[in-house]
Amino acid sequence: MSEAASNPPAATARSSELWRSLRRLLREPLGLFGLGLVLLVIFGAIFADFLTQWDPTRINPRDRFLGPSGEHLMGTDQLGRDLFSRVLHGGRIALYVALVSTAVSLAIGIVLGLIAGYGPRWLDNLMILLFDAMKSFPTVMLALALVTIMGPSLTAVMVVVVLVNVPGYARIVRTQTIAIKSSEFVTAAQSMGASTTRILGVHIMPNVIGPLVILASMDIPVVIAIEAGMSFLGLGVRPPTPSWGSILNDGFAQIRETPWIAIAGGVPIIITTLGFTFLGETLRDVFDPRLKGR
Amino acid sequence: MSEDPILKVEKVEVSFPVGRGLNRSAILGVAGVSFEVRRGETFALVGESGSGKTTLARAVNGLQKISTGAITFEGGRIDGLRKSAMKPIRRRMSMMFQDPVGSLSPRMTVGDLVTEPYRIHGADGRNLREEAARLLTLVGLPADFATRYPHQLSGGQARRVGVARAIALDPALVIADEPTAGLDVSVQGEVLNLLNDLRERLGLAMVIITHNLHVVHHVADRTAVMYLGRFVETGETGTMFAAPRHPYTAALLSANPEPDPDRIHDRITLPAEVPSLLSRPSGCEFHTRCPWVQETCRTVAPPPGDVACHFPLAPGAKPPAKEATA
Repeated sequence: MSEAASNPPAATARSSELWRSLRRLLREPLGLFGLGLVLLVIFGAIFADFLTQWDPTRINPRDRFLGPSGEHLMGTDQLGRDLFSRVLHGGRIALYVALVSTAVSLAIGIVLGLIAGYGPRWLDNLMILLFDAMKSFPTVMLALALVTIMGPSLTAVMVVVVLVNVPGYARIVRTQTIAIKSSEFVTAAQSMGASTTRILGVHIMPNVIGPLVILASMDIPVVIAIEAGMSFLGLGVRPPTPSWGSILNDGFAQIRETPWIAIAGGVPIIITTLGFTFLGETLRDVFDPRLKGR
Repeated sequence: MSEDPILKVEKVEVSFPVGRGLNRSAILGVAGVSFEVRRGETFALVGESGSGKTTLARAVNGLQKISTGAITFEGGRIDGLRKSAMKPIRRRMSMMFQDPVGSLSPRMTVGDLVTEPYRIHGADGRNLREEAARLLTLVGLPADFATRYPHQLSGGQARRVGVARAIALDPALVIADEPTAGLDVSVQGEVLNLLNDLRERLGLAMVIITHNLHVVHHVADRTAVMYLGRFVETGETGTMFAAPRHPYTAALLSANPEPDPDRIHDRITLPAEVPSLLSRPSGCEFHTRCPWVQETCRTVAPPPGDVACHFPLAPGAKPPAKEATA
């Protein structure tokens, strides 16, 4: 019966806190700019099919190397495919890879980090050794090695991203877990007889996840660059699937005669990377000022 | 008092390893302690910081391994039990921790915090929301506190939440580690009255760990005074406060005068520092600071018993003048 009266105060206290943070974000010009760029990219990726009538993979040899015009906003490439359409659909691939692989890396990193931080000392040492070994591989070498085994594909790109990101996330979670596991509320949970899964999932994880998600959002531009880089080198998505990296590669050969192809592939990478970086940095400052300057 | 005690601690030692390699040794945080707690009784452990009170409590709760001795709870041995075997015990014995706010998980609401014992041990068809309201009302908090977070609570409110969580499963024994730490004096009184009240209503036995003698006087039936991990004096609280028999108890009590201006205040000052656990004094371990020290005390350990002293004090004994200034 007191339900209606009881819920609002705390609920509004919480949402108003979130709302204040968002308002602060909108007051930051850099954050606002970043948010605008990110929204632009997301909008383009979602509504790609409505924004252009061209099929991104349809080859039309008669229309090769057309310059930008009203019909082809960004011109066409060496196979006569509409570049604007390819850029929009390439955005889908970039965002898909970025979001999926970041989410997967976070999930794996959190689980491994919790185990390393809470488990016995020997397991911790072993896992730290593994993380460091993973980290010491140069990304490009890792990508080349993996593609040799798996063949070039979107999955290969995502596996590379996960392998590159997981050690870093796991290390952060491990450090936080070690700091939290001796706090009194964890001891209290142990004294109540809580299972290890419960202690890790209910008491420790919620306290390490916040700063980690912000850090992960700042890694998204890096992931997009890895995808574009691997596709540029022919290690990523297979043709004819459009990717910013492969568009860049297509334009690279003809950069003197038809520069718009390389520009069409490069500018979206710059826009997205900048947008996510500005947004991520502002988010970090707004939500967790302690992380400033990392 | 022939009834079986609910908790029986016999000759318990807890040792901690110190040093590495050749310097490796161990110190005894708790050095052979025995006591019993009867049903419905409040037993207080008093001592300075580092005297082993908290370690002893953690050992009883199974959070700390004991190296020797036995702990019996409700008729069964509970020392050295595996985690799974310990779980049903934790239903019957709950523990409250020192830091009122710090012992509450910061991302959980008060409602989730007080009903967590049900989530761990099974709700048995209870409605958790109603249960939270019932528990909060029981400890004198409004039921709509259930939606708050620990950082929105004052120390006293957080302590009440801790009490609610400790009594959620109707335990037989509650161990309270410094239940009044970090609280204002007026709030301390409220919390102690609450604990006393709940003990009577629910028939709890309690072990209260504190260095605050007013707390002991207010709630404890029996008291044990700890020094360097051992009991120096055990007895009925009233008797002990009226006539301490061990010099250390006498010194503690004299350092904690009643607020009565007419009372003659004879403070017994103890010389020197608490000895290091790494090099325990020979004989009676209190001899380095005892105003009444005699030759025997330096070499011979005191006899076992309720008062660990060769020369228990007569009521109202005053320290010898020359030793007090030494």
